[in-house]
Amino acid sequence: MANLLALLLIGFIVWWFWLAKPSRRKAVTDSIDVIVDGGVYTPAVIEVTQDKPVILNFIRRDASPCAEKVIFAEMDVSADLPLDQEKKLELNPHQKGEFDFTCQMGMYRGKLIVK
Amino acid sequence: MSCAGCVATVEEALQKAPGVSVASVNFAEHTADVNGEADVEALIKAVEAAGYEAAELKGSDEEAQEKEAAELTYYRQLLKKSAVAAVVGVPLFVMGLFGAMPGMSGSGRLFWLVVAALSLFVLIYSGGRFFSGAWKSFKNHNANMDTLIALGTGTAWAYSMLITLIPDLVPEQARHVYFEAAVIIIALINFGSALEMRARGKTSEAIKRLIGLQPKTARVMRDGQELDVPIEQVGLDDTLRLRPGEKIAVDGVIIDGHTRVDESMLTGEPMPVEKQIGDEVVGGTINKSGSVLFRATRIGKDTALAQIIEMVRQAQNSKPAIGRLVDKIAAVFVPTVLIIAVLTFMVWFNFGPEPKAAYVLVTTMTVLIIACPCALGLATPISIMVGVGKAAEFGVLIRNGEALQRAGQLTTVVLDKTGTVTEGLPAVTELISVAGDQSELLRLAASLEVGSEHPLAEAIVSAAKQRGLELKSVQNFSAMAGHGVSGELDGQQVLLGNRKLMSDEQIDISEHTELAQSLATQAQTPMYLAVAGRYAGIVAVADPVKQDSKTAIERLHLAGLKVVMLTGDNVATAQAVAKQVGVDEVMAEVLPEDKANKVAELQRHGEVVAMVGDGINDAPALARADVGFAIGTGTDVAIESADITLMRGSLHGVADAIAISKATLSNIKQNLFGAFIYNSLGIPVAAGVLFPFTGLLLNPVIAGAAMAMSSVTVVSNANRLRMFKPRGAQS
Repeated sequence: MANLLALLLIGFIVWWFWLAKPSRRKAVTDSIDVIVDGGVYTPAVIEVTQDKPVILNFIRRDASPCAEKVIFAEMDVSADLPLDQEKKLELNPHQKGEFDFTCQMGMYRGKLIVK
Repeated sequence: MSCAGCVATVEEALQKAPGVSVASVNFAEHTADVNGEADVEALIKAVEAAGYEAAELKGSDEEAQEKEAAELTYYRQLLKKSAVAAVVGVPLFVMGLFGAMPGMSGSGRLFWLVVAALSLFVLIYSGGRFFSGAWKSFKNHNANMDTLIALGTGTAWAYSMLITLIPDLVPEQARHVYFEAAVIIIALINFGSALEMRARGKTSEAIKRLIGLQPKTARVMRDGQELDVPIEQVGLDDTLRLRPGEKIAVDGVIIDGHTRVDESMLTGEPMPVEKQIGDEVVGGTINKSGSVLFRATRIGKDTALAQIIEMVRQAQNSKPAIGRLVDKIAAVFVPTVLIIAVLTFMVWFNFGPEPKAAYVLVTTMTVLIIACPCALGLATPISIMVGVGKAAEFGVLIRNGEALQRAGQLTTVVLDKTGTVTEGLPAVTELISVAGDQSELLRLAASLEVGSEHPLAEAIVSAAKQRGLELKSVQNFSAMAGHGVSGELDGQQVLLGNRKLMSDEQIDISEHTELAQSLATQAQTPMYLAVAGRYAGIVAVADPVKQDSKTAIERLHLAGLKVVMLTGDNVATAQAVAKQVGVDEVMAEVLPEDKANKVAELQRHGEVVAMVGDGINDAPALARADVGFAIGTGTDVAIESADITLMRGSLHGVADAIAISKATLSNIKQNLFGAFIYNSLGIPVAAGVLFPFTGLLLNPVIAGAAMAMSSVTVVSNANRLRMFKPRGAQS
């Protein structure tokens, strides 16, 4: 019984963290607030339109140094996030695709989907 | 603000605030410029009352101070949380060591219930962020360090609570509780985070030093009076007073007076530079002697210093290829550790000795606690931060982490001659006239060159002006890249250029061929003049070699690099310069458009090539090279075509950049090696692979200490780079 539960747990880990996609996406037309707190960006999946500039207002609530930077590595864009203040990041994505944005250590993870 | 209509609403709200004379809102920047004597808080409230959010725009210095204050507060919080956890955990740990723990019966049960409550308080107070973080991450299909800590300590507490409440659930020998382990692990991790935070503060010292170059106030002329105002309030075209000994607040142009300015922070030039009316001054540099007035031409984020700071900051945040590979591993790391923890559970449950429950719990918990994704995630970016900052100290601005990584892999450095190896300030050295009239020869050459932007042309025109020669007006001027120029003077066709031009135009220059050769071997560039199809003489121009080019090239050789010089100049002149500075190979008479092809040719032969040039004429070659170095003049920060900008105009910057790149890469590799070895040895040991051979298991508290220290070790190792000094560096 315990073995079966353990195998089910492994299956759940694989499915939940790797196979299942977060269903909550936030489509943005002009600007959006992104809260940085508790190890996650909220919203973590942001949908934008190609060649249409958008402003992401990052608001960092987590005092841990892990949260102090947001990096869009593939887009060569980054910003230092002051604590409890809004940091505007203007993006004009020219290329369609999915681009991760993370903290410096890659523990905070978000995705920008350009359609 | 989402539309232009919001601009009017916000402006109106600000205008109505007491003390406001004029308010203007910039929609693109989402900023408002307010004049008057209003209180900042009142302005923010006015905007908020209109249904928008507002905050005071702060300078980098103020931002840095706020950041430091927030970090200090957080550091103290971490220490406090660690201390609270230690106060509960250490006495329990010591009691356990001496076998003084009570059993689960009678008053012993009560003791453990009190301990359970205290440790629950610690988990909530000192470790609450791990649990809330783990839950939030889980909901987002993400797992991070919080997940591992929360699962490890939470499982230990829950198991111990279960034993305390229903001891009969497990055999008597398995009735061991782990409250103290959960609490001490929380204490250690908080303490480790505090140490890490301290160490991380040092990694951004380079940026702090750059920000420190900015003065906080400026003396501005307002209504005929001189007022000291915060630097953020200096406007474009404001007139500023600059007194001896003061730092220059923003970039500008001198409109009254003359002085000497210490620009060493940008150019590395130790001697103060003379400045008079019309000359540019750069924010952050120091006025040494006179009192002058200057007009602000670049303010805020547009100043050269602000751009340098932004470029360094962006580069510090970027990741090289090696870092992106690690990111991919880090992204799957935590779920993988979770799977390993479940497998550990299964192995001990099925094959472990009695008491199985205790062994299963200890090994599973230790696997979760010892795994450290942070050390892995920090390994690259923390070294890049220090490396890029260190390079900036040497006047080397690296565009991104990718450029930093590639600079350490170079095998060949291609140098443009003019302005890179040489000063780029040529002067006329010889005038050889067939007719014997040197002044007329110079006058014709200068009249022709007056429309040209070539550095040699500037030398000829300047020499004519010095002699007071009156220049003629030129018609049908034409510049032929890599050959020379032509035009009509007094109705006659005049040509000025190299041997190739004369040969193409079938002009006989044999009279002075040997003389020209001799000039060229002395590193002078002979330019032939022909009037109406007949050879008229030679104008020789020389561009002195920079004082430190030879030693910088020696450093490149010592680093094992091949050095090639590329020039449009003739072979003999190029070879003469090459001999003076000791380059390995010369490519002479190369047309500007062919420079990129020459770089590509070297790449085809397997070389990893750096191109060093001025960033404008050499843009295609810089872009083609594996690493493009632009030699700037201190203020040319945003040279788009360059991967690396050398602010100090010296070739030593190339050697410094390469040395710093190699040191940074080596530091990253040490960090990655440490982090991988730590995790790949630590996790199996925690899972109990040594148990069948030695009978020993890793204590979860030791695992917590190791995990807390692993990140600190990575940051401390990166901090070693701050002490690095490239061998042979000039500053």
